[in-house]
Amino acid sequence: MKKILGIFTLLVVVCIATTWLARDKELWEANDYIESIKASSFLKPYNIENLIRRTALFGVISIGVAFVIITGGIDLSIGSLICLVGCGLPWLLTTKGVSLPVAISAMGIVSLAIGLSHGWLITQLRLQPFVVTLCGLLLYRGLARGFTGDQTQGFGTGFQSLRWLATGKLAVPGLGGFGIPVPCIILLVVAVAAAIFLNKTIYGRYLLALGRNEQAARYSGINTNAMIIVAYVICAATAGLGGILFVLDVNSAQPVDFGNFYELYAVAAAVLGGCSLRGGEGSIVGVVIGTALMQVLRNMINLAGLPTHIEFAVIGGVILVGVSADELVKLYAARKRAAAANV
Amino acid sequence: MTDAPLLEVRKVAKHFPGVRALRDVHLTLQRGELLAVIGENGAGKSTLMKILAGVQTPNSGEILFEGAPIELPNVQAAQQLGIALIHQELNLAGNLDIGANIYLGREPRRFGFIDRDKIRTSSRRVLTSLGLDLDPDQRVDELSIGLQQLVEIAKALASDARVLIMDEPTSSLTQHESSRLFKVIKDLCARGVSVVYISHRLSEVKELADRVTVLRDGENAGELARDEINHDAMVRLMVGRDLSQHYQHSPCIPGAIALQAVALRTPAHPSHEIHFTLHAGEIVALAGLVGAGRTELLQALFGVAPALGGEIRLGSQPVLLRSPIDAIRAGIALVPEDRKAHGLILEMAVRENLSLASLRRDQRHGFLNADSERRVSDEMIPRLSIKTPSPEQPAQLLSGGNQQKIVLGKWLALQPRVLLLDEPTRGIDIGAKREIYGLMEKLAAQGVAILFVSSEMEEVLGMADRVLVMHEGRIAGELSKTQLNEEAVMQLATGRKQIAA
Repeated sequence: MKKILGIFTLLVVVCIATTWLARDKELWEANDYIESIKASSFLKPYNIENLIRRTALFGVISIGVAFVIITGGIDLSIGSLICLVGCGLPWLLTTKGVSLPVAISAMGIVSLAIGLSHGWLITQLRLQPFVVTLCGLLLYRGLARGFTGDQTQGFGTGFQSLRWLATGKLAVPGLGGFGIPVPCIILLVVAVAAAIFLNKTIYGRYLLALGRNEQAARYSGINTNAMIIVAYVICAATAGLGGILFVLDVNSAQPVDFGNFYELYAVAAAVLGGCSLRGGEGSIVGVVIGTALMQVLRNMINLAGLPTHIEFAVIGGVILVGVSADELVKLYAARKRAAAANV
Repeated sequence: MTDAPLLEVRKVAKHFPGVRALRDVHLTLQRGELLAVIGENGAGKSTLMKILAGVQTPNSGEILFEGAPIELPNVQAAQQLGIALIHQELNLAGNLDIGANIYLGREPRRFGFIDRDKIRTSSRRVLTSLGLDLDPDQRVDELSIGLQQLVEIAKALASDARVLIMDEPTSSLTQHESSRLFKVIKDLCARGVSVVYISHRLSEVKELADRVTVLRDGENAGELARDEINHDAMVRLMVGRDLSQHYQHSPCIPGAIALQAVALRTPAHPSHEIHFTLHAGEIVALAGLVGAGRTELLQALFGVAPALGGEIRLGSQPVLLRSPIDAIRAGIALVPEDRKAHGLILEMAVRENLSLASLRRDQRHGFLNADSERRVSDEMIPRLSIKTPSPEQPAQLLSGGNQQKIVLGKWLALQPRVLLLDEPTRGIDIGAKREIYGLMEKLAAQGVAILFVSSEMEEVLGMADRVLVMHEGRIAGELSKTQLNEEAVMQLATGRKQIAA
C-alpha cells in the first residue's frame, strides 16, 4: 500500500511538473499566471485523451507481465509477440482475405499457444525464463518478418468499426469535446479482472506464495508448475490483445520494429508499480500507475521541447531513482526495526 | 613451550538464540595426533569445528595454539595458523583444474599474471606427497568424489596446514576410496600433521584414532585413550545421559493399519527395499544417523520425491503418491525438516500461511473464502498457542517454535490421517518443544497415525510407541516400547547389529 502511495505521489509530481513545463509562455510573461497554467498544452483535452490511450494500451501488456514477474520469472518476448500479432492480423484480413472472426481467433490461439509453450519449457524442461523468452523475442519477430516479406501491414481505410476499439472515444457530456478513449475501458476490464484473479481467487494466492518460495508452496500441495504455466499464458494473452490494439491504433505495422522494446516498457512499468523481480510481490493498481508514469514522462519530454531521442535516458534515470529510493526506504525501516529490537 | 599441546580449547561456550550448542567444552590436540571427535547428531561437534576453523566465534572460553592464546575471528585467521577445515560437502570449483583449485585465492604470480608453471610443479609435488599420480591440468569435476576429497586435502597441505579438521570425510566414499583416504591420513600424522576427525562410523574411528573425545549435548562426555577405544565404550559415552529428564508419552492402543509401505524404494537408496506398517493412534519414531535415508523416506511418503518402486497402502488401498497433492488428498501431511525453505512462506502473514493448504478445500468456485480462512487462523492460533501480535504478522518475525506451530497448524486444518514430522523440534526452545509433544499425543489419541524423524535420542525414547531404526538406506531394526533404550537404538543406527524387520 505504501509503495502504491509512493508511486502515485511521483505520478502527481510529474504531472504537475509537466503542466508547468508546458505552460503558455506568452501569458506567463504577461504575468497572467493562472491563465498560463490553464492553457498548458499538457492539459489540452487532446493531449489527455492521447495520454490515457497510450497508458491503456501499455497498461494491458504491463498487467500481463506482472503475473510472470510475480512468479519470479520474466518475459522478454512481449514486443515480438505484439509484432507477430500486430502484423499477422492485418496480413490475414487484407492479404489473405480471411474473415474477421477467424483472423481474431487465429491470433488468440497463437498467443495462447506461445504462452503455453513458454510455461511448458520453463516448468517441464526447467529452462530459465530469460533464455526461453529471449529465444521467443528473436523467433516471433523473425517469423513476422518472414511471412509478411518484411512489408508494412495495415488496414488501409477498411475495418473502421474494428479500429474504433483502439481509436474511438466515448464522449462525456459537459466536458467540451473530451471523451474517454475506448482502450481505457478495455484496460479497466482487464485490470479489474486481473486484480480479482490476483487478490480474490486461490490461484492468485498460489502465485504470490510460489513467487516467494516455490518449494514451500509445493510442499503445501500447490501445483506450482501449473500455476507458472498459467502466468505465462496470461502474459502472452495480454501481449496478443495488446498487439491487436496497437495495430488498430496506428494502422501500420512495420515488422522490423513494431513493438520493439515494448517488453522493457512493460517490465519497467511493473517494477515501478511495485513488482519485485525476485517474485511474490505486485499489485495491479500499482502496475497501472507505473504505466501511466512512464507515459507522462514520455509526454513531458515532448511537451518540454526536449529532444525525443533522449527519451530512454530520462525514463531509465527515473526508474533507477524510483527503485533505489524504494530500497533505501526499506533498508531504513529494517535498520530502525533492528535497532528497536536490540533495545 | 614444546610440551604444550599444539591446539587446546578451554571452557568454550557457544549459544544460538534459544539453543545452547556448547558449554564449557575442552579439547586438546597434540602434534601428529589423530583425534576423533564423536557424538550424536546435535551434540555440538560441528559447532566446535566451525569455531576452530574461524567460521563461528565462541561466546566465551579460550583457544590456545602452541600454548599461546589466540583469536579466530574469521577463516583467514585460522588459515594463517595452519588450521584447515574440510567440509562434508566439498568446496572445490569443479570447472577449474586441480592446480587452480589447490592454489585458489593465493595464486603464485609473475608480472601480475598467474604463474601456471609454478602452480603445475608445486601442485604435482603436493599430490605426489599424498601418493597421488594426478595431472594438475585435469578438471576437478572429472574426478571421483574420493579423489576430489584428496584434492581438498592437497589444497590444505599446499597452504602448510598443520591442523586438518575433517567432518565426516567418508560419508560419500566407497570402501576402496575410504581405505585410500585412511592411508593418506595415517601418512600425514606420521609427518607431524594433526588431524581432528569427525565421524559417525565407529569402526573407522576404532581403526584410525589415537584418542577419542566424546561430546554429548554440547558438553564433554568423556575421553578414550588408544587402548580403551572399542565400540561399546564409545556408544556408552555418546548416549549415557541422565534419563530422568525424559518426556514420557503414555502408551497408545494402536488401531487399524493406517499406512503400509511394501518394498518401497526411495531415489536416495534405490537398492534397498523398505517395509513397515503404521497404525492409527500410534506414534512411531524413525531413528538413525544423518544420511541414513530417513528424510528421503518421508519425502517418498509425501510425494515430494516419489518412490521408485514398491507400494504405499493407506488402510488396505494402494495409493500412488506422485506429488504432495496426491499425498494431501490421501490424508497425509508432512512437517518438513527445514521449515524456512519448505514449511513457510516467510514473508506472508500467519493467517495466509495457516490457510495455504486448506485454500483448495475451502474455495468457492476458485475464489478465496475469506470467512473460512479467518476461521482457520482463529482456531489454530489459540489451539497451538501461537504467540503472534496479530494474524497479519509476517511469519518471519516469529520465533522458531511459533513458526513450527504455524506449519503444524497448516496441516491440522486439513485433519490428516497420517502425520509425518521431520525433526519437529529442531532449533526450538524447551517450552515450544513440550507443546509440540503434547500436541502429538493429543492427535494420536484422536486416531492420527504419527511417524516422526528425530535425531534427539531423548525425543525418540520419550515420545515413541515404537522405533524404526534406519541405517544406510534400510530399516536396520524395529524396537518396541519394552525393548527401547539408547544403546539398542545406537547399536542399530551405527550398523553394529541388525534385526530383520
